[in-house]
Amino acid sequence: MSKIEVKDLTKIFGSHPLQGMKLLEEGREKSEILKKTGMTVGVNKATFSVEEGEFFVIMGLSGSGKSTLIRLVNRLIEPTSGEILIDGENLTKMNTADLLNTRRKKLGMVFQNFGLLPHRTILSNVAYGLEIQGMKKEEREAKARKTLEDVGLKGYEASYPTELSGGMQQRVGIARALANDADILLMDEAFSALDPIIRKEMQNELISLQSKLGKTILFITHDLDEALKLGDRIAIMKDGAIVQMGSAEQILENPADNYVADFVRDVDRSKILEASHVMKRPEVVMTHKDGHRMAIRKMEEVGASSIFVVGKDDEFKGLLTIDDTIKAYKEDIPLKDILIQDVLSVPPTTPLSELIEIAVDSKYPITVVEDNKLLGIISRVSILSGLVLGKEVENDLETETSEVTSR
Amino acid sequence: MKYFELPIEDYTNNFVDNWLLPNTAGFFDKISDILRAFIEIVTSFLLFIPAEVLVVLIVLVAWKASGKGLALFALIGGFYIGAVDLWSESIQTVSIVIVSTIISVGIGIPVGILTALNKTADRIVRPILDFMQTLPSFVYLIPAILLFGLGSVPAIIATFVFATPPAVRMTSLGIRQAPEEVIEASKAFGSTKWQLLLKVQLPLAVPTIMAGVNQTMMLSLSMAVIASMIGAPGLGDTVLTGISTVNVGLGLTGGLAIVVLAIILDRITQSIGTKS
Repeated sequence: MSKIEVKDLTKIFGSHPLQGMKLLEEGREKSEILKKTGMTVGVNKATFSVEEGEFFVIMGLSGSGKSTLIRLVNRLIEPTSGEILIDGENLTKMNTADLLNTRRKKLGMVFQNFGLLPHRTILSNVAYGLEIQGMKKEEREAKARKTLEDVGLKGYEASYPTELSGGMQQRVGIARALANDADILLMDEAFSALDPIIRKEMQNELISLQSKLGKTILFITHDLDEALKLGDRIAIMKDGAIVQMGSAEQILENPADNYVADFVRDVDRSKILEASHVMKRPEVVMTHKDGHRMAIRKMEEVGASSIFVVGKDDEFKGLLTIDDTIKAYKEDIPLKDILIQDVLSVPPTTPLSELIEIAVDSKYPITVVEDNKLLGIISRVSILSGLVLGKEVENDLETETSEVTSR
Repeated sequence: MKYFELPIEDYTNNFVDNWLLPNTAGFFDKISDILRAFIEIVTSFLLFIPAEVLVVLIVLVAWKASGKGLALFALIGGFYIGAVDLWSESIQTVSIVIVSTIISVGIGIPVGILTALNKTADRIVRPILDFMQTLPSFVYLIPAILLFGLGSVPAIIATFVFATPPAVRMTSLGIRQAPEEVIEASKAFGSTKWQLLLKVQLPLAVPTIMAGVNQTMMLSLSMAVIASMIGAPGLGDTVLTGISTVNVGLGLTGGLAIVVLAIILDRITQSIGTKS
């Protein structure tokens, strides 16, 4: 059973929503309905489900209906039609008492501008959700204290919201949502009001928090980078409708339409692509046993001035340059004495943005190593082509000769 | 310009003499009695406290609420009122102000809450408030005398008409201007309507409501003075006597006492509002 299930959820703002509903059924466009009746289609037959422990991101530009959609999920806005199931229970058919109870026990919400109560202390803000459930003062404050500690705000219990920075206020907002022990967190542009550095920090913390607590998160954002970073799955909204849904890779690789493609085009690939996406298989690899002649001949074959050396099971040993190898051949020095081991290696999950910095300082191609195995190599050319062409480079891997030359 | 007869004067007199007074006199007399008793209790209580004690109390409150300056002013003001022998008149005026403020605020705040939360109530109340505020006070002073007789009771009624609108409007404004996200947050965590009102909307509206209370009080004071024309006792009466006997000195002493009261009441209620 899905944690959240949304079926054909529609919201039309205006005086006669049912009439608008009819026009929608007839397949009219949002703009057409607005022109004809003056009514706005907020959300147009959105259908999706979020599994337990999943991080589901809804992404869209302003006016795409994403903020309306998240408010429909806890009925802060009453839907015009459609269904919302929370743990299999139909929220749309609930009476007020059951609805309040579901909000109290199952749904925590975090807001873009924090939505903290300015007349209450931080502690009392975090305890608010428990207070309205009728929990005793000592009990709820103990719980709130504990939650504040979890989000790193110990010592600020007696402060007021205005005394805190934006990032800290949003931690309070998150703590308030966590204090209720709700399984589901609804986050409406939670980090959009924060400056970029704090934002990145909060994103990372949210990811680790989620993996620790296993919350189901429905996250709204207008920032595709944020969506790609956080989301297990992403839904992209346009004019109130979901136009594409899938993992970050699926969306990047196969944009459903021009609208999504336009988004994806602007993505900073350096943040999405990882070392494993742009690395090449080092074709010219010799085992440790091969001699000088073999090494020189292989370098000659591919026209490279250096070659990587691996042992048994692809175990990474080091790098030979052509000059050293010829010299060693003439003077009869064993190959293992001229191996250059001082080669930069990175794990396959390193983001491209970090590789760029490393590549600048590196004399030789960067090696991608996992469990001491050589998986591939990355030259500066492959970083650049990765930035420009995306992951197409990876597919062409077989045909290209390995890039072992260096300056 | 006279195209037809409109004997509105006769109609009104007829209505008042033959229907309104005979049928409702009992009801208005009841209200009159209750209000009179209320004012008398307040007045005699304030007069029962020795003037020195009351002045010290007011000075302390002024100090606590506003600071040294106002405390000093209250002390000097107290000496002034004592020196010109207007203590009991001042107490009578203050009693009318207190009673009418309590009534105006006691009715105004709940109505304000209602209009903030309910659009229909707002649509009904808004034109009534506009009417109350645009009507010149002399127009309703006369029916007030008719229904409640002379004295401090019609003064209270007239003051109620005059001073309630700001209490309603400011309460309504204070509640409606609470940030949308704060309201949403409170709802999202499962607040009932009452919890939302008592724990979020009202606390956030307190500064605005207090500004409304301050305005109501100041309007009450000005009306308490004007109401001397319909027989309300107090400082207004002193000024009125000064005017009618061409006694400029008496008018000035009464006028200064009113200014003293106005400044003390205004500053104290204002600082209560801004502090919360």
